[in-house]
Amino acid sequence: MITQPKLTVARGGKTANITIGLMIFAAAILAATPWLFGVGGSGRAVALLVYILLAVMWNALAGFAGLVSIGQTLFFGVAAYATIRLADAGVNPYFAILIATGIGAVLGWVTSFFMLSLKDGEFAIGMWVLSSLAHLCVNLDPLIQGETGTSLISLNSYDIELRSKLTLWLALAITIAIFVILVLLLRSRMGAAITAIRDDELGARSIGVNVVRTKRVVFVLAATGTAAAGALWLASNTNFQPRAFFGVQWTAYMLFMVLVGGLGRIEGAIIGAVLFFIIETYFAAYGVWYLVGLGTVAVFFALMLPKGLWGWIGPRLPGEAIPTGYLVEKSKNEAE
Amino acid sequence: MMAQLINAVLLGGYYTVLAIGLAFMYSVMNIINLAHGAFIVLSAFGLLILGANWGVPLPLAILVMMVVMFILGVGLQRTVLSRASKGGELLPLLATFGIAIILDNMMFLGFGADSNSLAPLVGDLSWASFELPGNIFIGKLSVYILVVAVVAIAAIEFFLRRTELGHRIQATSQDRATASLLGIDTDRTLAIATGIALATGVLAAAALGLRSAWGPYDGSAQLLFAFEAVVIGGIGSLWRVLAGAMILAFAQSLGAMIHPQGFLICGHLAFLAAVFIRLRGGAFSLSSLISKGSKT
Repeated sequence: MITQPKLTVARGGKTANITIGLMIFAAAILAATPWLFGVGGSGRAVALLVYILLAVMWNALAGFAGLVSIGQTLFFGVAAYATIRLADAGVNPYFAILIATGIGAVLGWVTSFFMLSLKDGEFAIGMWVLSSLAHLCVNLDPLIQGETGTSLISLNSYDIELRSKLTLWLALAITIAIFVILVLLLRSRMGAAITAIRDDELGARSIGVNVVRTKRVVFVLAATGTAAAGALWLASNTNFQPRAFFGVQWTAYMLFMVLVGGLGRIEGAIIGAVLFFIIETYFAAYGVWYLVGLGTVAVFFALMLPKGLWGWIGPRLPGEAIPTGYLVEKSKNEAE
Repeated sequence: MMAQLINAVLLGGYYTVLAIGLAFMYSVMNIINLAHGAFIVLSAFGLLILGANWGVPLPLAILVMMVVMFILGVGLQRTVLSRASKGGELLPLLATFGIAIILDNMMFLGFGADSNSLAPLVGDLSWASFELPGNIFIGKLSVYILVVAVVAIAAIEFFLRRTELGHRIQATSQDRATASLLGIDTDRTLAIATGIALATGVLAAAALGLRSAWGPYDGSAQLLFAFEAVVIGGIGSLWRVLAGAMILAFAQSLGAMIHPQGFLICGHLAFLAAVFIRLRGGAFSLSSLISKGSKT
């Protein structure tokens, strides 16, 4: 008699539980930074959160939707500019950050209609063209005074300690919210489609996945998260110089974080962001050499370890750390 | 008005020279080389060193640099691109972007932030001009650049269509597996193609270096111009790049007439318009747009 092994389908498991515990712990530490490390520490914590947002979003775009964008600074810079403009019009600066994030989402939705018709490399530089177009237009605004820039002055109405706390907590809340949305999205029915596109776009199309619609969802989410990062970066640094927000160095950072961490894995993007944060803390003072080093490491990973660090760590763990797939296990002898 | 039209055409010639290498690599290898601009600036530094420090006459320096860049291109394909291409379409983009970052910053470390010019190497050529009837003066240099653009395209098109190596390159670009089945050493062919692409960049470097002051970080701007010319013109024949470059130059010149900052903005808008048209017309090209118009 043929025995059918019983299949149990599970999500998560021990590794996932540990990861969730670690992430809650990390979030708690970050939330407590103002008391643990003071105002300076809060500023660094916001930087870390911005890097994580950028890495996770760029990874969602490049790793899952297969869209390499050189011009995500479009959303980063436009959101910062929108925050400045809204605050200048009398909107509360923290509320302005949220609206600017929404503006980023709308901008992503609008641009997706024509940018997604470009393929691979054309899309990559096409986004760069859009970003420099936005940069030029922002420079035209008399409020910005060209490359001189301006500041988010209305933040000064808050006491510096309160300000750093509010910015940090807002950054933490936004990062967690976007992260949860991404994980929920990847675990949903559309997530299966996204993963299918990641693994084989042609194959996904042939089994009826609506590739363009799926990519659009990821693109808009990435635009939203990147916009939030830009607005938060502005809140943390208060100065808005167009070049500092639209500059191509941000793309280099995103590329570094994702390639080193692991393209196509959320865990990889987070590891890459944390690693970049540490490297930046210790080596940013080396200026140009630091950029050369980042580029060299990124190229090395692209050629030698295209799956990044997580491509090495991930398979060695039991189960997924951030469970987006399913684990199917055979349990023997049930039917006998 | 007439003078502005002529100058736009000549500017288009410069963009054509910029875009040839990018378009060649894109059509043959399906790789957009994000380090294209950085390689052009690197070549310009090479010309500067040969010309200013070693006293090599510019035409000879261009030839020497073409050989150097050809070898560099072969090396690039063998070490980076061939490996990256195996990992899908994304890795070559990421790798060439990384190379651009490395090159830009290395050149800054090596040569500093000063702006440079190749103009002193060629006597009065950079400001000499032809006088046309109607009291119009046009720069000799710009005319020569346009001529170089046309000759270079004609030479490459002839090479691709009439020579055996050209046929091998085309076969490899159309179907790598079949080409290698037919006994073509595809790795070698692609290495040669990359070498040619980088060697044509030396012409762009000479044009860049003679036209204006330039510095180590100017590669990305040149890459954007080249890319816009390629997208506006469409892929297929290099003559389309010439058309795309002309449209880009006209849009920019028009923009500059409207507003002091309008030059770059209108160039980018022309690019977006091209993307829109492609969206409407499926397979995008100037000719498909024209034929579409005539059919309806």
